[in-house]
Amino acid sequence: MTALARSTEAVAIVAGARRRRGRRATLVITGLGVAIAAVFAVTLMVGHTFYPPGDVIAVILGQEVPGASFTVGELRLPRAALGIVAGMSFGLGGVSFQTMLRNPLASPDVIGISSGASAGAVFAIIVLSAGAAEVGVFAIVTGLAVAVLVYLLAYRGGSAGTRLILIGIGIAAMAESVIAYLLSKAGSWDLQEASRWLTGSLNGASWAGAIPALLALLVLGPVLVGLTRSLAALRLGDDTAAALGVRIGLTRVAVIVAAVGLIAFATAACGPIAFVAFLSGPIAARIVGPGAAPLIPAGLVGALLVLVADLCGQFAFGTRYPVGVITGVLGAPYLLYLIARTNRTGGSL
Amino acid sequence: MTASRTLEAESLALGYRDRAVIDGLDLAIPPGRITAIVGANACGKSTLLRAMSRLLAPREGRVLLDGRQVHRMPAKELARVLGLLPQSPIAPEGITVADLVGRGRHPHQRAFARWSRQDDEAVAAALTATGTLDLAERAVDELSGGQRQRVWIAMALAQQTDVLLLDEPTTFLDVSHQVEVLDLLTDLNRDRGTTIVMVLHDLNLAARYADHLVAIAGGRVHAAGDPSEVLSADLVRGVFGIDSRIITDPATGRPLMLPLGRHHILVEAGA
Repeated sequence: MTALARSTEAVAIVAGARRRRGRRATLVITGLGVAIAAVFAVTLMVGHTFYPPGDVIAVILGQEVPGASFTVGELRLPRAALGIVAGMSFGLGGVSFQTMLRNPLASPDVIGISSGASAGAVFAIIVLSAGAAEVGVFAIVTGLAVAVLVYLLAYRGGSAGTRLILIGIGIAAMAESVIAYLLSKAGSWDLQEASRWLTGSLNGASWAGAIPALLALLVLGPVLVGLTRSLAALRLGDDTAAALGVRIGLTRVAVIVAAVGLIAFATAACGPIAFVAFLSGPIAARIVGPGAAPLIPAGLVGALLVLVADLCGQFAFGTRYPVGVITGVLGAPYLLYLIARTNRTGGSL
Repeated sequence: MTASRTLEAESLALGYRDRAVIDGLDLAIPPGRITAIVGANACGKSTLLRAMSRLLAPREGRVLLDGRQVHRMPAKELARVLGLLPQSPIAPEGITVADLVGRGRHPHQRAFARWSRQDDEAVAAALTATGTLDLAERAVDELSGGQRQRVWIAMALAQQTDVLLLDEPTTFLDVSHQVEVLDLLTDLNRDRGTTIVMVLHDLNLAARYADHLVAIAGGRVHAAGDPSEVLSADLVRGVFGIDSRIITDPATGRPLMLPLGRHHILVEAGA
């Protein structure tokens, strides 16, 4: 075999392997998209009253259908849309943190950012008796403040891995205790609303609540997706990534601001739906295959998780549970599994 | 790739927080040659390598690549000329060899740009040169230590830089794999003219494989030059604080250092 033939064959091998990885990613994204569309459609049709697809489509196209126009257009549609937006935001934000810090435990809901946002919201509701808009602003500001606090406490000469997670878990516990204290002081009329900030719920979803989260996703989502390659390089270690031309500091700041922004806006709209940020990345990684930084798949998995969990919460049991209860039941065992596995593999996180 | 790049450090001072590691160091790396940096543990060898690849900002002085300060060059532009393989890079769980080596193309790619034919060719050439093409679809974590190190070197090759810095590329490898890796780096240097700078633990392997030996002690260059000329019992005492004998390796003609401890010695030190 000539040298030229050998090198042509080598290029064919490399290109083939790359195309197979690419095809798998495309297949996963398409499959997830179809699944989301299907669950979305079911969410619109099913409920106290069943509406056939024809009615649902008519409502979406803006036609007046007696009964359906209100139930589907004003209740189910915003609920399903918010489910998708929030799920994508949690999924994208979570996987970005997990990839950047190279640890599945480093998800915003484990390291205190979601708890911080919740504490801010509960404070606004109970102490300030604030309206929905102010509550949202409080959630976003405290979420960002907690992220900055965790980062500053963990930052030492540029390296922040395990320490950041441990500090985050500590901050999360503090935020939870603030929430518990505030709830113990709350009047019963505030409790109903404040408790939504503990588990996360799509009950009472409205267009007014969903729009800010949607705008945040449209602005910040592309920022994170644009950083996919840098995040993939960061998985090889900070030094390796820097040697490959990734601007570590800049990438970190961009990821933190964009991911925390996504999480906080989504949390402001529907509360911290438990463990969606934490679960989406690892599930997406499992489906897409190893190596990549599965940002878009994780966003789609997040959306699917929230929609399915919300459907289950509403109709699978005798009582209606908020979506966060269902995702919490799914996420907690996985958290335990990760911690147990970590201990087996030598103690470092 | 015959462009000979000059890499120099001028009155460099480096440290971490309140600890100074390198102080007033001057160094010129000969272009197109293999340079080995040696020194005692914690003498600042790796720190120096990090500063030369701009992972660490100097407190004083500067690092010049072709006369330009590396700390002021755009990150990707620098990464197309100068590559670094850190001591313990992390292979994501389950990543395949071809996928990992492809990461070396990062500085040649834009955020949303598609993978190009050039990228495939660079990866294929890197896999071929390191003898890892047959492993392309294997998971990196299933490989032996020697294979894994070849894969990391392949990633650095896919980056297609004229200068390649390596931080202890032979650590954790048994002797056959150490020699295999150093032979591979020598091939690269001879075939492509790549300037190679590596930190090595083993003084004898450094003396054998390097064209230029740099010994670091006390935060400065203690001695630098052709190993046959600079490697002496005095140098070993000054850098490692141990008595030794230097003989000529009959197999390679290169100097060989035999450390003298307190036991099993038949001759007088320095004899």
